[in-house]
Amino acid sequence: MPAWVQKVLVLCTTWLLAACAGRQSALDPQGLQSGQIRSTFFIFLAVSAMVWIAVVLVLAVGMLRRKRATHTPLDLHEGFEQRAGRLVLGLGVATTVIVLGLSFVSYAGQRNVFAKDEHALTLKIIGHQWWWEVHYEADSPHQSFVTANEIRIPTGQPIKVELESADVIHSFWVPSLTGKMDLITGQKNELQFTAKNAGVYRGQCAEFCGLQHAHMAFDVIALPPDEFGRWRDHQNQSAQSPADQLGRQGEALFRARGCALCHNISGTLAGGQLGPDLTHVGSRTTIAAGTLPNNPATLGAWISDPQHIKPGNLMPKMPLQSNELIAILHYLEQLK
Amino acid sequence: MRQTIVRDVSDLPTFGFGPRSGPWWGAMGFMALEGMGFAIAVGAYLYLYAINSSWPIGASPPDLWPGTLEVVLYLLSIIPNEYTSRAAHRFDLRKVRVGLIVMSLIGIVLLVLRGFEFAHLNTRWDNSAYGSIVWLILGLHTTHLATDLGDTVVLAVLMFTRHAKPRRFSDVTDNVFYWNFVVLAWLPLYVLLDWVPRL
Amino acid sequence: MSMAAEKNQLRDDVLNGFQLSQQLERIWRTPSGLLGALMSVDHKVVGRRYIVTAFVFLLLGGILAVLMRIQLAGPENTFLSADKYNQIFTMHGSTMMFLFAVPVMEAFAVYLVPLMVGTRNIAFPRLNAFSYWMFLFGGCFLWISFALNVGPDVGWFAYVPLSSLQYTPTKRPDVWAQMITFTEVAALAVAVEIIVTVFKQRAPGMTLDRIPLFVWAMLVTAFLVMFAMPSIMVASTSLILDRLVNTRFYDSSSGGHPLLWQHLFWFFGHPEVYIILIPGTGMVSAILATFARRPVVGYPVVILSLIATGFLSFGLWVHHMFVTGLPQLGAGLFTASSMLIAVPSGLQIFCWLATLWDGRPVYRTPLLFVLGFIVIFVLGGLSGVMVASVPIDTQVHDTYFVVAHFHYVLIGGAVFPLIGAVYYWFPKITGRMLSERLGRWNFWLAFIGFNIAFFPMHILGLIGMPRRVYTYTADMDWAHLNLLSSGGALIFALSFALLLINVVYSARKGTLAGDNPWNASTLEWATASPPPPQNFDRIPVVKHRDPLWADGESLPVVAGLSAERREVLLTSLAEAEPQVREASPEPSIWPLLAAIAMTIFFIGSIFTPWAVLWGTPPMAIALIGWFWPTGSKEDEA
Repeated sequence: MPAWVQKVLVLCTTWLLAACAGRQSALDPQGLQSGQIRSTFFIFLAVSAMVWIAVVLVLAVGMLRRKRATHTPLDLHEGFEQRAGRLVLGLGVATTVIVLGLSFVSYAGQRNVFAKDEHALTLKIIGHQWWWEVHYEADSPHQSFVTANEIRIPTGQPIKVELESADVIHSFWVPSLTGKMDLITGQKNELQFTAKNAGVYRGQCAEFCGLQHAHMAFDVIALPPDEFGRWRDHQNQSAQSPADQLGRQGEALFRARGCALCHNISGTLAGGQLGPDLTHVGSRTTIAAGTLPNNPATLGAWISDPQHIKPGNLMPKMPLQSNELIAILHYLEQLK
Repeated sequence: MRQTIVRDVSDLPTFGFGPRSGPWWGAMGFMALEGMGFAIAVGAYLYLYAINSSWPIGASPPDLWPGTLEVVLYLLSIIPNEYTSRAAHRFDLRKVRVGLIVMSLIGIVLLVLRGFEFAHLNTRWDNSAYGSIVWLILGLHTTHLATDLGDTVVLAVLMFTRHAKPRRFSDVTDNVFYWNFVVLAWLPLYVLLDWVPRL
Repeated sequence: MSMAAEKNQLRDDVLNGFQLSQQLERIWRTPSGLLGALMSVDHKVVGRRYIVTAFVFLLLGGILAVLMRIQLAGPENTFLSADKYNQIFTMHGSTMMFLFAVPVMEAFAVYLVPLMVGTRNIAFPRLNAFSYWMFLFGGCFLWISFALNVGPDVGWFAYVPLSSLQYTPTKRPDVWAQMITFTEVAALAVAVEIIVTVFKQRAPGMTLDRIPLFVWAMLVTAFLVMFAMPSIMVASTSLILDRLVNTRFYDSSSGGHPLLWQHLFWFFGHPEVYIILIPGTGMVSAILATFARRPVVGYPVVILSLIATGFLSFGLWVHHMFVTGLPQLGAGLFTASSMLIAVPSGLQIFCWLATLWDGRPVYRTPLLFVLGFIVIFVLGGLSGVMVASVPIDTQVHDTYFVVAHFHYVLIGGAVFPLIGAVYYWFPKITGRMLSERLGRWNFWLAFIGFNIAFFPMHILGLIGMPRRVYTYTADMDWAHLNLLSSGGALIFALSFALLLINVVYSARKGTLAGDNPWNASTLEWATASPPPPQNFDRIPVVKHRDPLWADGESLPVVAGLSAERREVLLTSLAEAEPQVREASPEPSIWPLLAAIAMTIFFIGSIFTPWAVLWGTPPMAIALIGWFWPTGSKEDEA
């Protein structure tokens, strides 16, 4: 093999591998379920590849081989017709055996993927146009809290998500961890998965849900269990009171300018229920359902004109003076 | 291409009855697809029935008398219908006229009764999914009833004009055939609409 | 009765050759002038219009596809807004499925089936004309709405509750739902015509085991249409009712359920795939026999496979709903039933491979498209086996993997055979050959462009790209493959431009074809190209599955049909024994008027339920006008 061919091959393979890896890839599993699914997929892929190659080979040979001489199209060879008929039927039987075999492989995989664990950590996720409401529920109400667009979970522990919709149908999908499940109006679905490794795995709505379906993403952040415990304890607390004058001004403006009508910030007078809970918004990594990274610049741009960044979303553009915007921004940034 | 005449068909008739005629198969085709439409609507009814714990939803079951009366009338209508069919097969124009008029009258009475049935469903289409599916199914069947009635009236008029030619008798038998479908379709729908809510 | 008068009629047995042709042409031709054109009930005229219209919709749908590929070529592209993109992908899917794929297959059947079974017109020719007008008006309604920015934007599947009044309070979903009603009326009408034509109008002697495979395929398709489409009509009607008069079919707070919609939609939607695919396989069988220069191996196997595919196709709709939270065991069973459809499909493939193996292939453009079909379709079928698996589907469902899969199946399985069919039957329809040189370019550009456009989508889906997103962020690593795919799409689009050029050029300048340019075996090649209005001067008698190969120089025919009114020969269902010389309707303006009345009724009912009341009398009048005898020879027979 010439050196350049090798080089190209190596490049291609590396590129392919790089392309398959990623924080939203079914080919780069980081969970028990996604690993199982990938194994099933590879079995199917191998069988399919063999069948396809066999068909193309037979086609090629059939076209190229020397043919017997005939005078008219109806000058058929009785022996061939019989042999071909038997062969076709034999292959039909073989196909049946293969697909039944694959059905069993599939069902075995399915049972593993959908196996249920009674001791799973339960989250409730409610889909909205176009963001995710996440409830961490515990027996004691003091242990329960609500967040949005970011799901933190402990590694190694089975997670159960209960899926509901507040409006239209959405679909919860984190390919690195498991397959998807729909959030259906008037129905409760559930899905279980376990993250093997710590990391940030991106998920995205997979069922067309209207204008901004493309911008309805979220992150699942898998943390080592102790770190998760600390995060959870922190989330359980009410919002920090602003530490400075500007922050207090921001808090007041948050109510005065109508933000509080839609957004909840626990421990304050802001108790709106229509939009994402912002109690700890400053600690989140993204805003606008995974649309932008969370930093003062993007958050400021978002608040000053949400319709520019994500046209059609339900957050109206509020007329804010620039000093008001700075104050609100300063306040939100502190809600770690 | 050169042609060799191997067969003469000049003795064949210019119309046939039943499976020998084209329109009969056409009617058959439409009955099949309309029957499928009924089956799908029934499936939707049963689906809604299965997922709802209370049925009927927020309403009492339909009053029985209009639907039951219709069943009786439908079943009785088979007699004049069959009479019309036989008359048509014998090319008996006078009897066919009588039969078509009787069938038109029966159709009108059934249509009026259908009005009462809607009024006695005891639910509106916008009350609940139950009301919606009940109105849809009854509406679907009423469309068939009205269409066949229209066809029967037009044929009845036709048979009094100069167009009452022999092949029109074949059309009459197709109309008879279609009426039987309308009758047959009603029986399971009656059970579904009037009795399933009483289970 | 009128038998005495009958005896005095002019029959074809007293006329000969040119005289007979002239006389038949006089009674069967479409009247001249604009009014005449609007009255035409000739299956060839209607079929040609149907084919051309469907290809216009292909062109429009294709342009939308290119727009989407431009938008997705790079991350965060602003070429299309979210609103436009959502309208465009909805329009693309709806146009391709309802205005192109199904109609074009039925259109070919309308044109070819009467010729292939050896009759003079399709059964119920006026219904056929009506069907075309309904299709045309429905298609125009959708596209005019789109031009007026009222194009549907809820996907070609229009899932509730997104398509409900609450979440889409515009007229857009109504436009979608009513377009469905139009096209379903049209499709159902053609299905009944095809079934009756094949059942009752086959040439004498064309027993069930002598019916050409293409006709068998269209017969099975017609049955699928008949049993699948009522489901979508119930669905679209109930959606409109929910939106217009507040019914509660899909309102989960009043006992309704969104999944009812999905069941109804996919009970239609999955057979729909086979409604598109099975005609494609029929075309493959027809082309393959001609260009492999031998009959297709395993004729009965192919037919049984078609029928089995038809039955199985009604038992797999649930695989579109694997991630809606259905009971696990049930879902697993639908995996098996979905995969089992690979068996009849596989059997057909094996028969075709055996045909090529033993045949002496002549590599003309139609055969190239069939070879391309096998390579692509098998791949699409295998990825179909993958998506049938519940665990795999939970990952790839609603991703670009599925987009790749069904384009491999639908373009590979139906469009490649269809383009092959255009090259194959163009000479019959126009009398001229398409350019072979352009044809080869057309094929290779299509084959290469298609694979570059759609193969990368498999990978895109696996690495996380969902469907129906109008853009994606740069950090998702999807940009390269999307760019590649968009490049392939342009090459693929170019191949269709070549086809268009070829058709326009060859229709006027192409080599004259003659009756049977490919030396094929079926009856449509036994008449002139293009066929005269009466199709055949004398109805052929069939003694062999491949009549033109078996009969050599002289075609056996029947005599004794009327030469002064339109008459078709009805034969018995199984044995095709002549039974009746039935009159065939003459041209009429009423089908057009009925279609116009129905169009007013359908469109009006989007705006007010009262349209059902005031819209009915015009329809009733049009229908009475349609059926009321005019005293013509055909009516009074």
